[in-house]
Amino acid sequence: MATRQTQSLARLMRAPAILLLLVWMVVPLAMTLYYSFLDYNLLNPGQTSWAGWFNYKFFYTDPAFFAAIGNTLLLVLGVLAITVIGGVAIALLIDRPIFGQGLVRILIISPFFVMPPVAALIWKNMIMHPSYGVFADVARFFGAQPVDWFAQYPLMSIILIVAWQWLPFATLILLTALQSLDREQIEAAEMDGAGAVNRFIHLVAPHMARAVTVVILIQTIFLLGVYAEILVTTNGGPGYASTNLTYLIYRAARLNFDIGGAAAGGIIAVVLANIVAIFLMRAVGKNLD
Amino acid sequence: MARAVTTRTKIGYTIAAWAVALVIFFPILYTIITSLKTEQEAISGFSLIPSFSTQSFSDVQSQNNYWRPFTNSVILAVGSTLLALVVAIPAAWAMAFSPTKRTKDILMWMLSTKMMPAVAVLVPIYLIFLRTGLMDTRIGLTILLMLINLPIVVWMLYTYFREIPGEILEAARMDGASLRDEIIHVLTPMAVPGIASTLLLNVILAWNEAFWTIQLTTTNAAPLSAFIASFSSPQGLFWAKLSAASVMAIAPILILGWFSQKQLVRGLTFGAVK
Amino acid sequence: MNTTLRGLMGACALTALAAPALAETLTIATVNNGDMVRMQKMTAPFTEANPDIQLEWVTLEENILRERVTTDIATKGGQYDVLTIGTYEVPIWAKQGWLTPLSDLPAAYDVEDLLPAVRQALSADGQLFAAPFYAESAMVMYRTDLAEAAGVSIPENPTWADIKLAAEKMTDKDKEIYGICLRGKPGWGENMAFLTAMANSYGARWFDTDWKPQFDSPEWKEALVDYLALMQNYGPPGASSNGFNENLSLFQQGKCGMWIDATVAASFVTDPTDSTVADQVGFAQFPNKEGVENHGNWLWAWSLAIPATSQKQEAAKKFVAWATSKDYTAQVAAAEGWRAAPPGTRVSLYENPEYQAAAPFAAMTLAAIDAANTQKSSVQDIPYTGGQFVAIPEFQGIGTAVGQQFSAALAGRMTAEAALAAVQTSVTRDMTRARYIK
Repeated sequence: MATRQTQSLARLMRAPAILLLLVWMVVPLAMTLYYSFLDYNLLNPGQTSWAGWFNYKFFYTDPAFFAAIGNTLLLVLGVLAITVIGGVAIALLIDRPIFGQGLVRILIISPFFVMPPVAALIWKNMIMHPSYGVFADVARFFGAQPVDWFAQYPLMSIILIVAWQWLPFATLILLTALQSLDREQIEAAEMDGAGAVNRFIHLVAPHMARAVTVVILIQTIFLLGVYAEILVTTNGGPGYASTNLTYLIYRAARLNFDIGGAAAGGIIAVVLANIVAIFLMRAVGKNLD
Repeated sequence: MARAVTTRTKIGYTIAAWAVALVIFFPILYTIITSLKTEQEAISGFSLIPSFSTQSFSDVQSQNNYWRPFTNSVILAVGSTLLALVVAIPAAWAMAFSPTKRTKDILMWMLSTKMMPAVAVLVPIYLIFLRTGLMDTRIGLTILLMLINLPIVVWMLYTYFREIPGEILEAARMDGASLRDEIIHVLTPMAVPGIASTLLLNVILAWNEAFWTIQLTTTNAAPLSAFIASFSSPQGLFWAKLSAASVMAIAPILILGWFSQKQLVRGLTFGAVK
Repeated sequence: MNTTLRGLMGACALTALAAPALAETLTIATVNNGDMVRMQKMTAPFTEANPDIQLEWVTLEENILRERVTTDIATKGGQYDVLTIGTYEVPIWAKQGWLTPLSDLPAAYDVEDLLPAVRQALSADGQLFAAPFYAESAMVMYRTDLAEAAGVSIPENPTWADIKLAAEKMTDKDKEIYGICLRGKPGWGENMAFLTAMANSYGARWFDTDWKPQFDSPEWKEALVDYLALMQNYGPPGASSNGFNENLSLFQQGKCGMWIDATVAASFVTDPTDSTVADQVGFAQFPNKEGVENHGNWLWAWSLAIPATSQKQEAAKKFVAWATSKDYTAQVAAAEGWRAAPPGTRVSLYENPEYQAAAPFAAMTLAAIDAANTQKSSVQDIPYTGGQFVAIPEFQGIGTAVGQQFSAALAGRMTAEAALAAVQTSVTRDMTRARYIK
């Protein structure tokens, strides 16, 4: 019943949100674009001058640049792999009738409520510390040499921490999808003698595709921007082993106070993020219709 | 019988599920335990039984009053979420019930506004906050957090509203219900669960925001993220104290999350379920 | 906000204008280390003497504090009235005109009592720009019992050869005793503070007089190779993520034979409540390489400064003068004993027999601070000032990038040569961008 009147009413209802977000996108973007062409260091404000494309050139010729892109992708893919696979497994498990289901769910979703810097501090100090961490205690218990996680497996350690934070989110969404699965259909398949694996491949998996897509989409957007965990744990090192693109921008903005360089990095990051997003939409977007 | 679950398999699943749950929860549990240890205990090897010392908590409280940042966190998280809902409900409503060809694109575009790394736009935003007098004010941060989370709010609400069958609306209209009646008596009851879980999720996201809330505050509006920043890496490894501060920072939202767990499990779909 | 409230606030603002004697609030940004936190709890005498001044604290972790106050002062935000900054920021910010000179301090403050090296590091053009709260240099802290058992002695002015020998003898990995603990965690104020001081003591320099980086010099190579050898042979596991805090904890638990770090650590490792080895700690000067007359020149002072943008200059100056005064030191001593007094800033403290008796590390600390030459940290000619850092705005970023590579070398991910080559390239790049290299 989409009359002209309801249409214009709809437009009116949409407008505030769209306008706000438009302003929120355009103003910072425009200012960042502007700064990205300036030679502007916060610590030398007197020397600000036009820089042309120099900031861009400087950013992508950074010896850490390609390592950072690689690490960014590894971080996103690593966390997605762990959270999606782990999320499906855990969702299947806690969807079963178990004793204390409510409590189990509470425990599993808890990491989602922890502030990222707190999560990083907990993992760095209490869990993965090579001398006092729980992992080290466990290793010593088995008579093994404790692993120095952040020196030997820096990126993997960060992936682990970030995945821990996002696993509850994935689990929750996948669980909701699972619960909406038609029980009768499954029972019918069971009657027909379909095994558990077959049932999963032919019934459960297709039903969950949409949920998996949503998980991937939303997490990717958040994961591209991860940097607090890196800052707290490895500072991007050793070398560039755990430097991602956002951290590189952080370094320009907050250590060098190079506003022009950070702005150029921000623009490059937005462009790359959009490429990833377009790629993503091509790959999984059809699940959303 | 296909669905008959024997007690034995139930016990099997229970053990497996509890094992997984405890592993995932362990870092938080261990932080809580450590917060009840003395500093000496905290670094002297693995132990799950603390001496139940509350010294760390009183140390933390005496170093940095907890209640002001706590109040700020509550105000910012709830305020920004309510503000976002006020803006997002009509928008999501319109998108769900009068969709156009571009609704999907608009939704994707909204999400894409979250792709700009915050550090890259810090200085522009910082300058705007300074010039407009929003620096270190709750209202400034409330608006900012609202903008940050608005795309997620719109998306979530849109997916809920789309689940509401259009026929119900039409039936109500046939009965001569006005738009106002339609909203109050027919749609609101159906939309409330969705709005509630959106609200919950966004309170959590806003509570956990730890970049802008630190960079744009000094004293008046500083929330718990800034509180935590005053306890990380001091001189020496004060892990019991750090744990106590961490527990104080996450406890409120953890408790809220636990109580609303059912709501979250039911509601956090993002349209994942068709 | 309703009208009544707004009216009330307006009235308040008016009253504040009319009677400036009414309460003023100072916003003070501090770092979250023990001495500064203690200060927050001991302000009663100040607020009693100045009932018109209220104090608001912003306590933050060091790096976040630095980000916050730098952004604020560079954008002239005026959010803070008193800043806690170090010897790195003071000369740079003073040059920008961002800090209020502390010229007319009250006579009771006794500027002449400040240690000369510290005073100089906090001055620009002969003008004091920040008041030191506590200051530190670096020195060797070692376990006298382990040294004796291993049959080595560490002279008061050790060379790196002495250190290496002692580290080798004291190491007993089966007992989890490591001969030497040094910083390895990347950061300009972490591993690079130590490595810059160590390189200085090897006769190396960061830049030549044309601002060309010198990481391809034999001195840097020697320093880095020796550092890596020391740490890889006699250091604790996981050293590439150890900073000051981690090493302090290791030393307190008796796992380090020697630890070369900031002099403030001396009061922590000799504190029997936290340290298991409190009675067995000896001290020695920062080592040098045979034939190089240079003991690293480490000097850091957490200091209170007033941004030029503060609207409350007078009140802020009062506070700064109080917090760094002799009276404050005496007050801390009365409350918590002389050992807890903020060290490294005043001659009078080191002349105080009570302090000398309570702090066995006093003489060595004073000697280390006196020996630091922040105006010329290398035996070679250099265009910069600063001891364990280079006092240019770009150093935070550059130093951290260099620290990353050296930390990677320590973790065994690359050789010393590869790290130095990578660093030479990246620093040249950064210095060219910053227009030092023409």
